[in-house]
Amino acid sequence: MSTRIEAPYLLRTAVNGRPIELEIEPRETLVEVLRERLRLTGTRVSCDVQVCGACTVLVDGLPVSACTYLAYEARGRRVLTIEGLASSLGELHPLQQAFVDEYAFQCGFCTPGMILAAHALLEERPEATREEIIAALEGNLCRCTGYKPILAAVEKAQALLRR
Amino acid sequence: MPTALTRFTIDRPDTLAEAACLLRDYGEAGRAYAGGTELLLAMKQAGLRYEHLVDLKTVPGLDRVELQNGRLRIGALATHRDLERHPLVLEHLPALANLESRVANPRVRASGTLGGNLCFAEPRSDPAVLLLCLDARVALVGPDGRRELSLDEFILGPYETALQPGELLEAVLIPLSPGRRAAYVKEQQRERPMLGLGLALEVSDGRVGSARLAVGSASPTPLRSAEAEALLAGPLPEARGRLPRAAETLADAAELLDDLDASAEYKRHLVGVHLERLWEQLT
Repeated sequence: MSTRIEAPYLLRTAVNGRPIELEIEPRETLVEVLRERLRLTGTRVSCDVQVCGACTVLVDGLPVSACTYLAYEARGRRVLTIEGLASSLGELHPLQQAFVDEYAFQCGFCTPGMILAAHALLEERPEATREEIIAALEGNLCRCTGYKPILAAVEKAQALLRR
Repeated sequence: MPTALTRFTIDRPDTLAEAACLLRDYGEAGRAYAGGTELLLAMKQAGLRYEHLVDLKTVPGLDRVELQNGRLRIGALATHRDLERHPLVLEHLPALANLESRVANPRVRASGTLGGNLCFAEPRSDPAVLLLCLDARVALVGPDGRRELSLDEFILGPYETALQPGELLEAVLIPLSPGRRAAYVKEQQRERPMLGLGLALEVSDGRVGSARLAVGSASPTPLRSAEAEALLAGPLPEARGRLPRAAETLADAAELLDDLDASAEYKRHLVGVHLERLWEQLT
């Protein structure tokens, strides 16, 4: 039998390893829930039409545009945002550290999305080639730093993670 | 601030028949919902409003890919990401796997489905162009039963398909032919392609038995030109000599438009350039 989801819908998910139970409306996007309900403001909204990648988060390890993705879809799944990447002791993830070391951001608005897109790739393909890294980041736009330091940072983190 | 969507409920049917009945009853107020990459975007950007979304992802098995009577059957809910790495697609239709690995961006590929792409009839669809060259057909299920259409019967125009109220796309069926070679190329500067060109050739004993040539993204809808295809049949050297005429013929059929990406004249030039490259690749 078909079931119907209406507001309020009790969303059960896990964000950055923490179980979450939250009443939402079916129409709420994942970025609205992350930023406005959970106050996880590291996930950014820029283009709002899934083109720029600033709102990239991982759901069960795969990148999605949280601006154009219903929070309802996160039910029973694991969501990873930029806030979940550093260790609980505050030690930066190798990707985050490499972005700092390589000066791979200026304004920083695109950085969380860049790092999560790169993280998804390196988890799936630790041996990814430069071409594969570029392809994986093609949907993440930066308008101030330029892409070379970003690519250098991802390759640096990749080398560290492989050790 | 992100744009808020207007209110809707989400139905979660167990079968496609149930989904079809729900959608028939909702009429204009309901819409089938799969990956959401086109639909939610249109609801944000184009002001489309639905009170009810019917989530097809809760119907089991709709994303299955299998061989069936000499055809590759791709369930409508297979995502672009599924298809770029599926062993059967890689083995039998490497051109499709390659195309799927370049659709939009990794986020869209992880959620967006082949069925959603075709049902939206977005003029700038990559898959539709190649699938036209592969003689793909679509299996539809509606409140009154099933039917099968060719893809060009299915895509009627920009954002317009032959789907009747309550009718749903269940699978895409692609006949497999051992002698067929196919490829797709696109030109893209921004988030959507400005030109996509597909070519499929049946080649044996130095001659092209049959050709399929289609263009998309530069035209109001993806389309083939039988006239251009006829120019590509015959002994390879002669057919090769007719490539410029075939490109012109296809470009004439495509109603190329000037837009922010490029002028119609430049797109016409690109049709010629890319047709030659596809030809070199396949022959």
